[in-house]
Amino acid sequence: MTRHTLSVLVEDKPGVLTRVASLFARRAFNINSLAVGPTEVPGMSRMTVVVDADGELIEQVTKQLNKLVNVIKIVELTSESSVQRDHILVKVRADAATRLQVTQAADLFRASVVDVSTESVVIEATGHPEKLTALLSVLEPFGIREIVQSGTLAVGRGSRSMSDRALRSA
Amino acid sequence: MSKGSPISPSLMATKSTGAHKAPERVERPADAGVDSAAVSPVLGPNNVVPPTVMTGSQAIVRSLEELGVQDIFGLPGGAILPTYDPLMASKMNHVLVRHEQGAGHAAQGYAMVTGRVGVCIATSGPGATNLVTAIMDAHMDSVPIVAITGQVSSGVIGTDAFQEADIVGITMPITKHSFLVTDPNDIPHVMAEAFHLASTGRPGPVLVDIAKDAQQGQMTFSWPPKIDLPGYRPVVRGHSKQVREAARLIAGASKPVLYVGGGVVKAHASAELRELAELTGAPVVTTLMARGVFPDSHPQHVGMPGMHGTVSAVTALQQSDLLITLGARFDDRVTGILKSFAPNAKVIHADIDPAEISKNRTADVPIVGSVKEIIPELTEALRLQFEAFGTPDLTTWWAFLNNLKETYPLGWTEPEDGLSAPQRVIERIGALTGPEGVYVAGVGQHQMWASQFIKYERPHAWLNSGGAGTMGYAVPAAMGAKVGEPDRVVWAIDGDGCFQMTNQELATCAINKIPIKVAIINNSSLGMVRQWQTLFYEGRYSNTDLNTGHDTVRIPDFVKLADAYGCAAFRCERDEDIDATIQKALEINDRPVVIDFVVSPNSMVWPMVPAGVSNDQIQVARNMTPEWEEED
Repeated sequence: MTRHTLSVLVEDKPGVLTRVASLFARRAFNINSLAVGPTEVPGMSRMTVVVDADGELIEQVTKQLNKLVNVIKIVELTSESSVQRDHILVKVRADAATRLQVTQAADLFRASVVDVSTESVVIEATGHPEKLTALLSVLEPFGIREIVQSGTLAVGRGSRSMSDRALRSA
Repeated sequence: MSKGSPISPSLMATKSTGAHKAPERVERPADAGVDSAAVSPVLGPNNVVPPTVMTGSQAIVRSLEELGVQDIFGLPGGAILPTYDPLMASKMNHVLVRHEQGAGHAAQGYAMVTGRVGVCIATSGPGATNLVTAIMDAHMDSVPIVAITGQVSSGVIGTDAFQEADIVGITMPITKHSFLVTDPNDIPHVMAEAFHLASTGRPGPVLVDIAKDAQQGQMTFSWPPKIDLPGYRPVVRGHSKQVREAARLIAGASKPVLYVGGGVVKAHASAELRELAELTGAPVVTTLMARGVFPDSHPQHVGMPGMHGTVSAVTALQQSDLLITLGARFDDRVTGILKSFAPNAKVIHADIDPAEISKNRTADVPIVGSVKEIIPELTEALRLQFEAFGTPDLTTWWAFLNNLKETYPLGWTEPEDGLSAPQRVIERIGALTGPEGVYVAGVGQHQMWASQFIKYERPHAWLNSGGAGTMGYAVPAAMGAKVGEPDRVVWAIDGDGCFQMTNQELATCAINKIPIKVAIINNSSLGMVRQWQTLFYEGRYSNTDLNTGHDTVRIPDFVKLADAYGCAAFRCERDEDIDATIQKALEINDRPVVIDFVVSPNSMVWPMVPAGVSNDQIQVARNMTPEWEEED
């Protein structure tokens, strides 16, 4: 199965997240991650949905999503034509003996330490999902206590805006 | 697209940066991106109503009136009570049902025969959940209905208040769209949007859930409202390049078949279909949802495809080299095992719902749009093709199919238990009533026989629960159909199992003078399930005996039951009484008629493609498969 990143522009109406999520559930589509938030246009939200699906299935996914009345526009963002980032917060075991090693590892990934206690540190990192996986594998030996991760966020490269075009074509 | 409304300030903001438009201007919303003629998306006459202060419930009733609604099916309760008060003063006809499911199916039946949006109303909680089956049924069969439900007051939503149910959440997967209204000022535009959504594009059910305080609150009503659905832009016109490509394929095909589905009925495109069919000279199959959209008597009609289709229709699809698919969706009851379905056929697929195209079967030529627009364009493109390259010779194809039609006509074997054959009863009802009647079936054997043995000559004459398979559809849907088309004879052809699910609507029919005719095909069992038990479970009849028929305790006695409901009631147990009983029923038009046709429980629906096999394995009778080698 291939991974696809869909950017979905939706009306910011009650239940819109449920509509999208339940569509995936009932049509047996697999969501890898989903991130949603407001956009530069009031009343309009944007979801980044990462889906594992093969060619014909991804076509069905977008067609079914498009049938939702609150969905305004869907664009598939390829990794070449877009910037894709995940955000992660990791709580790692770190005492006086290991703290320096842990923070150095974080530095190498341009991650920052956002909380320190005697037993642990919380590291914040942003990046392509692969980079974050690499960071986690480096931190793993120290003892990972908690991971909190956002869904992938993605935006097309270049000056064009998805919501602009959506409104013009609409 | 629409010009925005207070509910979506985003759009107004963005629009106004481009071109400043006077927001005060009273403007009809332009057609929401639909590339057809720019008609108002607000249904009804679009009367201009200047701002008037009223309550939310008055606004609901007024909106329905302005939308051109004439008939409503519903049942009041606490959370919808405010709306029932102004409804009393309205000219609209409200039919008080006995169960909300009946209101939903009645709205469906009404919509199916009239082509207008059917309306049903229920209260919150159990009232709303009782609509769920009908909403799901309408969703599966693309029937335009608007369901209005009362909701508890907005202040107590989420507190498990008395009769509170999250009906928007419950119906989300089975509606085309749904609204929760908590501000009375939203009522006019939400109602207009609901009717627009239900009736355009691929039709379907729309739910409007209105909190009690929104019904009671004051608002300012004006009409027509602005429709703001930036994400809803159904494509109506087919892509002309695709249409030309379809015409090219048809001109080159030697075994084409027109595979016609319910979408052609919904689009009111039967005349256009006939023109295309006659130009191509190709065989036509009409699916369960499309019976009548092409006349059964037409020589090019080869029958209904699918699990209980005719040998000629099923085989036409299997052997075809080109499926001209119009408003059909490759349902599993038509295709059988998908991989083995029409293995050598290319596929032209025209449908208004892009998601149906290549969902089950990949289309070689997809055409998104309304078949009402696509079919005439295809006919025109084909005419040019034929003029340039000649008309293809389908003689061999027709010789093959006509041979099948003659060798394997629909028929039945007489039951050995001396009871009437259910098929005969249904065939006689159709013959004595004629093609101008409306026939509404439930689900099961009687439904299949009614699709096989009644001759359909016009669209909107055959109603049934196709996709959902809802037992109990027939009586309330027939009631709705009779309200929509009072001058037609409306038959509910029902099973003894189905009938017991919704027969309380006979009270509604009797009291409101809705004289439907109900033929209970009483084989004393859940017949279709019993048939499968006969065929696939060694005759172990687990829980399918209903004890309503011959030589049983007859609980209930359908004649007494119908009599108690104020209906004329007859029982018919012998072949020689069938015609006379039907005639008696046809002569009674001042009250509903119920006939208990006692028939054999052993009759089975044939032909049949057993589940899980290729359509090539169609059986014309038990373990009897047509001999293909001989046919060629």
